[in-house]
Formats: sequence, C-alpha cells, structure tokens
Amino acid sequence: MTATEYWLPVVWACLAAVGILIYVVLDGFDLGIGILFATQKDEEHRDVMMNTIAPVWDGNETWMVFGGAVLLGAFQTAYSVILPALYLPLIMMLLALIFRGVAFEFRVHAHNKAARCLWGAAFMGGSTLATFCQGMVLGGLLQGIKTTGHHFTGSALDWLNPFSIFCGFALVVGYGLLGAGWLIWRTEGELQAYARRAARCLGSLLLVCIAIVAVWTPMLRSTYLNTWTNSSSHAVAAVVLAVLAVLVSVVFFRSLKSGKDRTPFLCALGWFILSYIGLALSAWPYIVPPYITIWQASSPVTSQTFLLVGTVILLPLVLAYTIYCYKIFHGKVTSNDGYH
Amino acid sequence: MVPDATALMLARIQFAFTVGFHIIFPAFSIGLAAYLAVLEGLWLKTGRNVYLHLFKYWIKIFALVFGMGVVSGLVMAYEFGTNWSLFSQKAGAITGPLLGYEVLTAFFLEAGFLGIMLFGLGRVGKGLHFLATCLVSIGTLISMTWILASNSWMQTPAGYSIDPKTGHFLPKSWFEVIFNPSFPYRLVHMGMAAFICVAFVVGATAAFHMLRDRKNGKPVTEPVRVMFSMALWMAAIAAPFQLLAGDMHGLNTLKYQPAKIAAMEGDWESEGPASEILFGIPNMKTERTDYAIKIPYAGSLILTHSLNGKVPGLKDYPKDQRPPSPILFFSFRIMVGLGGLMILLGLWSLFLRFRGQLYNNKALQWATLLMAPSGFIALLCGWVTTEVGRQPYTVYGLLRTSDSVSPVMLPSMIFSMTAFVIVYFFVFGAGMLILFRMLSHQPSSHEKGADPENPLQNSHAKGATRLAQDLSGKRS
Repeated sequence: MTATEYWLPVVWACLAAVGILIYVVLDGFDLGIGILFATQKDEEHRDVMMNTIAPVWDGNETWMVFGGAVLLGAFQTAYSVILPALYLPLIMMLLALIFRGVAFEFRVHAHNKAARCLWGAAFMGGSTLATFCQGMVLGGLLQGIKTTGHHFTGSALDWLNPFSIFCGFALVVGYGLLGAGWLIWRTEGELQAYARRAARCLGSLLLVCIAIVAVWTPMLRSTYLNTWTNSSSHAVAAVVLAVLAVLVSVVFFRSLKSGKDRTPFLCALGWFILSYIGLALSAWPYIVPPYITIWQASSPVTSQTFLLVGTVILLPLVLAYTIYCYKIFHGKVTSNDGYH
Repeated sequence: MVPDATALMLARIQFAFTVGFHIIFPAFSIGLAAYLAVLEGLWLKTGRNVYLHLFKYWIKIFALVFGMGVVSGLVMAYEFGTNWSLFSQKAGAITGPLLGYEVLTAFFLEAGFLGIMLFGLGRVGKGLHFLATCLVSIGTLISMTWILASNSWMQTPAGYSIDPKTGHFLPKSWFEVIFNPSFPYRLVHMGMAAFICVAFVVGATAAFHMLRDRKNGKPVTEPVRVMFSMALWMAAIAAPFQLLAGDMHGLNTLKYQPAKIAAMEGDWESEGPASEILFGIPNMKTERTDYAIKIPYAGSLILTHSLNGKVPGLKDYPKDQRPPSPILFFSFRIMVGLGGLMILLGLWSLFLRFRGQLYNNKALQWATLLMAPSGFIALLCGWVTTEVGRQPYTVYGLLRTSDSVSPVMLPSMIFSMTAFVIVYFFVFGAGMLILFRMLSHQPSSHEKGADPENPLQNSHAKGATRLAQDLSGKRS
C-alpha cells in the first residue's frame, strides 16, 4: 500500500465523520423540535418552534445527502453494503423525513384546524420516527453487518435487536435535548421556560443513555473490547472522554439554573461530539464492522482525489455562507400579537 | 444470493415510481426559480409593483414545490444504495463523485440561500435579496447539470476503464466522463422542458383567472394579464426551440443508442429508405408492428435528414438486448404530440398578440388552461422513453440491470413498495390540493408579504415568525 493509498482513505474517513457529525447536530435540533411537539400542545408555541427552524431546515437536511454522496463517492463498497443491509430502517427513515419536511409548508397552509393538527402530528411523528430509525441504523451498524467478499449476505432483519432499539431510543432523547437547547437559545418567556424544563429532564435521561451505550458497545464484539482494553492510547482517550463528559454535565446543569441562553445548547453539542468520538474510536478502522476497513471499502484513488479537490475548496465556502445565513436569522423568535 | 425476477421487477418499478414523482418537483423548481429571478429583476429595474406582486404570489408556490422536491430527492440519493447496491459498487467510483459535486456546488447553495429568498424580503436589502433569488436559481441549474452528467454517462459511457479483477468501472478522464456524448443534448432538452413546464402552469393559472373573471363580469387584473403574456411568450419561443433540441438529441441517440431509436419507432428491419410509422402496436413476440400506418420516406427524413438514409431495426439486435418497444413507441409519440400542440398554441398566441386580441380570446384561454399539465406529461414521457430505452442495461451496453440490483429479498421489497405508494399518494396528493387552492386565489396588489421598502433593521420581535406567516398568507 502506497502512502497515498493509506492516507487518502484516512482523510476521507475524517471528512465523512465530520460531515455526518454536522448532519447529526444540525438536523438533530430540527428533528428535536418535532420530537418536542409531543409535549407541547399550544398551537401558538408550536408556530414559534417551527419558525425558529423554517429558514434552515432544508439546509440542515442537505448534510444527509452530503453524507450519502461522500459514502458513495469515496467508499463505494461501504455504501453498497450498508444500505441494503439496513434497508428497512433506512426506507422508514426516508418516509418519515418526507412527513417531517412537507409539514413545514402544509401546516402553514392548512385550511382548517383539523388539517393543521394533522400536519402538526405528521411533523411530530415524522421527526420522532426518523430519529428512531437513525438510531437503529447506528445500532445495527455497530452490531456488525454480515458480509462475504464485500457483499452483504445477511438477512433483512439482522439489524433488529435490543441494542439497536436502545440506540434508537437514546437518539430520540438526544435530539430532543438538542431541540430543547435550541429553543432556550432562540425563544423567550413561557416557551423558553418550558424548554428549560424539558432540557433538564432530557439531559438527565441522556446521561444515563450515554453511560449505558458506553458500557454496552464494547460488549457487542470482542474486537471492540480488545480495542479499548489492549491499547494504551484508547485507554487514555477513554479517560479524557469521560472527564470531559463529566465537565460538560456540570456546566450544563449549572447553566440551566443560572438562566444562560446559549450554554445548554452548546453543552448538548458537547455530549454529542464526545459520544460520537467514542463510537468512532470503537469502530476504527472498520467502516462496516466487523469485516470491512476503510481501506477495503475505498473507491479508487482517482475518484477520491477528484472529489477531495472539490471538497477542500467548496466545503469552507459552504460553511461560510451557511453561517452567514444563520446570522441573518439570528435573535429571538417570538409570536406576534394579532397572528393567532 | 440472486434476487428473483419479481424482486428485480419491483426494484425497477419502485425506482421508476419514486423518480417519476420526484422529477416533477425539480423541473417545476428549475423553471419557477428562473421565473422568480426574472420577476424580481424586472421589479428592481422598472419599479412596477405588478412584478413584485407576482413575485410574492409565485414564491409561496415555490416554497411548497421546493420542499416536496427536497424530501422526494433525499429518497433518490439513498435508493441508489438500497435498491441498486451492485450498480453502486461497480459504478460508484464514477457516479459517486458526480453526486458529491452536485451536493457541494448546488444543493448547499440552493438550501442555504432559500431561507433568505423565502423569509428575508424584509430582513435584508433588495439587492442582497435579489442575489439570493439568483443564487437559488443558479443552484437549481447547476444541480440539473451534474445529475444529467451522471445520467448521460450511464446512457453513453465515456472516459472510463474497467478493473479486470473486480469488474468495477474506474474513472480515466473526468472531462470525458462529464462531457460524455449525450450530455450536452440531454442538458439542453431537459432545461428547456423545465422552462416549458412552468410556462404552461403560469399560463394556465392566468387563463383560469381570466375565464373566471369574465364569468363573474369582472375586468381582468393587471398581474393576471402580465402572467398570461409572459407565459405565452415563453411558449411561443421555447416550444419550437425544444423541437429543434429534441431533433438533435434524437440524432445523437441514433448514433450512440440505435436500438433505442428502433424501439421508439417500432422498426424491426434495418432499411433505407425507411418509412415512418405514425401509429401501430409493436409486438415483441411476433417481431412486427401491427396495424401500422406508415408514411414512406418520412422515417429516413426525420432520423437521417435525407430521403434514403438507413434506419436501424430491432432485429439487428439479439432478443435479450432489445428495449421494450411498445412502451417507448407510445411514450415517444405522446411527448412529440404534446410538443406539437405546444408549438401550435404558441403560434396561435403570436397571431392573436399581433392583432391585439391576446387577452380577450376565450378559446385561447380555454386551450391554455387545458394545456396546464402538458409540460409535465411530456417531460415524464420523455424520461420514460430515454430510461426504458436504455434497457436491459443500467450502464449502456456494459452493465445489465439484472446485475445492478441489491441483494434485498422480496418481502422487504414488497413492504417498501407498498409504503412508498401509500405515502407518496397521500403526501403529494395533499400537496397538490394545497397547490390548487393557492393557485385558485388571484395574485393581487394586496399580496401578503413583508414590505420590502422597510427592511427590518431590528430582528427582534419581528422575526421569521411574522414573515413566514405573512408570506404564507396566514395573516388574519
């Protein structure tokens, strides 16, 4: 293996990981708003909640298309093994995202109260189911995919097990927390107070979930356990991650008490990033556990190089104008008198 | 694990179903984004409020259509893997980076500036808002360019080599991959189609309001007249041009995919001079076209632009390499027939326009109204022709469709197919109802929306909430 053949997939693995992480946190708070609809029945509050994300949600969802495109363009084997293996949860997720996405427009244009309720429910159900499916996809992937000679040879329901279901549940809690953090940041008054209560509850629950996944994951496969116990760098990483997680937790609960607006959201982000790094370190260097590494799954050097050139140039630009567009819609979103 | 024939057929039907639904929305968005950019540009240039009112009217439609395009498009990005994993594994090295570039150069651009375009009219200056509209419009065009490069490569592959060990396609020259032989023709043909689709929707909306106003004894309002006029200009110019573009695309297909042409024409024997079959029913079993009504020499004339040119026949190809002629024969004729009607309508409108009777001819208004879906039907028929005509291959001549499908078993396939059909008809059916309800309201000088003369400097309290509700007409 030449140096290029070694490093190019590593670079792409990092880029793909970053892309997926950006998707998770950005669409995470969008989906979290939908999840929170379950506990927020006030239509006026619901309007405000949706309006905080209306200008940005499809930009956020675009990161999922980016994830798919990177997987296909840089790791074609991973794409063509993972997608058929996780066929059912992925299809359900796509269908759920359809309901979530159209609900933005359909709900506003609803001609009567029943239709408005219907699309509110579609938004909530779509967001929750999509999140649950994403969690199950993650769980199913970590659990491992049966392959022979780089082809999927398992069966249709391999992904369905207690671990993947628990991951689905944990992600619903996590996205719900991101949504609550986002609302604390972007709203005020009664709605913000509601979001604080939700954040306290979901934050505590998420900590328990993270702890369970952190213990459960190494138990899934002996390779994961060996990775964490036999490598000193992994041991150090484990300690660092755990310490940071505790630190973030302290800041999170104090910020809820002291009434800070932005800190809870950033702490929720912190939990996501730490958990994400933990899971990535478990799986490394396998992109399709337990058999296919990032090098085995890689597309040819010509493809990875061609796409890398464009990504290096364009991705910073994309990030720049995405941040710019967020800034235009900064500030608190409130409902206005006379718009009930 | 070889998927059985039923699973393969279901995978194909599912892809055709989801992509068929999807393509309507991007085509609508491409045309409408360009129309919105023109309207806003005209407003900024002339200061005439009628353009602003039309802009505010159509941008609500755009928001709805774009949203449906995003969610149905996400399905496509993953269906390549869920349903066609072997194709992705073998050709992903080529189609993957193209999709990646589409996301990087187009999807992010569209989605990023869409927020400003939809909700920013009162928040940013006029110039910046116009820039956002233009960027969204350019984004839709860039997106079309990449996906058609990818599709065209599958039709007329170039710039590749094949790995002798794995059988995977390897990119050799990205320039040749992107600018493959059929790409320029397909790009122009599809771009024109998108503009024509929207021209007929806009024209039909105007015609509907003209007919209703006339019935109610009210005068036709200025925005409706402007819409009608702009749409019919577009039809008059674009429809004949599309005929030309289609003809050139056809010649290109004859050169690179002659079997597709033979199937479209229902020709079995290769001959020259060849007659053109106007109507008939191609029969794949008996290898002949029944009940054929033929025009001598016309086949050669159309396909080779000479009276005696040789035209391919399906019998030139082994049976397992023939695309299903009955489908292509009819889809192609519906497309061409509708194109002919569009050209006639355009000419008719020109004739009336120069006689100063464009706005008071009831027959023209009825005809324009009835032609509302013509663009979309022609578009779908065109895609059926080119995609079914590529069969039995996904990568033409190189990778068979049966060797491209995922190892997904029949029960999963039945489940997903059922779910797609139910969800799509329910969701997009509801979307259509909302669309019709919105279009049944007249664009007027009271068009809801933020006041662009007074951009809000203070984002507090008057944020996206109000603008969103304003733009969507919820103000009570």
